[in-house]
Amino acid sequence: MKAKHPLAIRWCHWVNFPLLALMIWSGLWIYWANDVYRIGLGSVTVFKFFPESFYREFGLGQSLAKGMAWHFFFMWFFAINGIVYVTYTLLSGEWRYLVPNRESFREAILVFLHDFRLWKGKLPERKFNGAQQIAYTSVILMGLGSLVSGLAIYKPTQFSWLDSLLGGYMMARWEHFLLAAGYVLFFMIHVSQVVRAGWNNFRAMVSGYELTSVDEGTHE
Amino acid sequence: MSEMKKQPDQNETPATAAESTPQKTMPATEIGVTQPGPEAEAKPQTAVPSPAVPSVTPPDPQAIEEWNRQVRRRMSRQTRRGFIGLGAGMLAGLGAFEWFTSRRMINGIPWPFRKTLEVNEQLAHDYLTTGRLAPTFPPDRISEDRVNGDVGLDDDVDAAAWKLQVEGLAAGDEPLKLDLDAIKKLPRMEMVTEFKCIEGWSVIVQWAGARFTDFMRAFPPQTRSGNEFSLNHADDLPAYVSMETPDGEYFVGLDTESVLHPQTMLCYERNGEPLSQDHGAPLRLVIPVKYGVKNLKRIGTIRYTELRPADYWAERGYDWYIGL
Repeated sequence: MKAKHPLAIRWCHWVNFPLLALMIWSGLWIYWANDVYRIGLGSVTVFKFFPESFYREFGLGQSLAKGMAWHFFFMWFFAINGIVYVTYTLLSGEWRYLVPNRESFREAILVFLHDFRLWKGKLPERKFNGAQQIAYTSVILMGLGSLVSGLAIYKPTQFSWLDSLLGGYMMARWEHFLLAAGYVLFFMIHVSQVVRAGWNNFRAMVSGYELTSVDEGTHE
Repeated sequence: MSEMKKQPDQNETPATAAESTPQKTMPATEIGVTQPGPEAEAKPQTAVPSPAVPSVTPPDPQAIEEWNRQVRRRMSRQTRRGFIGLGAGMLAGLGAFEWFTSRRMINGIPWPFRKTLEVNEQLAHDYLTTGRLAPTFPPDRISEDRVNGDVGLDDDVDAAAWKLQVEGLAAGDEPLKLDLDAIKKLPRMEMVTEFKCIEGWSVIVQWAGARFTDFMRAFPPQTRSGNEFSLNHADDLPAYVSMETPDGEYFVGLDTESVLHPQTMLCYERNGEPLSQDHGAPLRLVIPVKYGVKNLKRIGTIRYTELRPADYWAERGYDWYIGL
């Protein structure tokens, strides 16, 4: 039995989940009022964000005021939770497991190949492998990106320099949206990987502990 | 999942100190690895690096079984604890969510949300420099025309007959009635700024008109102290400005600080043309530090007031302040 995830990290993780969901949900209420983004080129649209049926299905229409009120309410909790998490990882030294190093990128490719059954080798047995390090660090940077681009949309006169940095007010909105889509993508990969990794791994994120085997030779 | 494959050597009886209270340890510190049985004695809680002990003793299956049972018991205790914590947290979160969203409504949204918008407003007042200018653009960046919002614009207005009513002036109790020429006599200013709709789109527009502070100087409001009007004493001015269309259908409330912003103007020309009916002829407010909803078209009345004025969209669930 091995201590894996400290209490603070587990709390931040599980608190973040509903908060981010609420931010995305209220964000969709806001986005609906000017839903201009699409995948396509010129007059050809492959996919529109979002089809009418999507709004209808989830009741996302006609809620701009509510969306803004929720967004500007939950943003504080989302930001504070993120700051607590980053502060904790920095002070506790946990960041050492999370921040990728030069090896991580090579290793991430191996993880990728491994997961798609293209490479039969053994993955390193560490707390987080290279792919995880990159993913978990990226998602924190994405969070920072959401705060920064959010601020640029929220107060575009006060922080006009931030808007210029991001390519303008309209670009900042697009980037903010893109990051939200990124979380959804992250969530889908993350959950499928957690399912693949199994119960012992999931339990560690709830209880903090995982079970490990004792090695024959070293008793470790 | 096998907790242990082989019993540790009897000669080295490593054990853990943290049997019942797994204190906060550095991550990945093993706290209960190799406890061979009840005879374990307390030792620092690290994995045993196993010195060169010859592994001669054959594994005792019973001891392994016993040891594994203990590990499993402790693991399930931790797991139970973890899931109870998570469950309690979820219930608390759901409860809080229920509570927040079911409170008494203030202008279309539950009061905790309304209060938070007001706190955000106070923070903006206290920590942001509201004098910062909105970015301006070269005229070749002007966007295609876009019209939105026609509340209060029923029927065309006759510019010749139109009068701007101004209330709350130093000059006395009688409201002042001005025609468009009175505004056009004020120093003319032009700017190209990005007009931002609360819906999330924006257009770059060229505006021409009179700076609001020039208008204020020409027709000064009643000061709080009763002293003579001066822009240098913004604290002595009424806290709010209210504006509405001639029919009173559309109305906005503004904080005086934003009205004093150097880019706030009474506008009579848009993209080089006199304002069209749908853009708010003959005179409209342009205030780049607010979303479009505050940029009232076809101004009928301007009122200086100490009372926070009603606002059309704030009554419909939106933030009253919406300072950009």
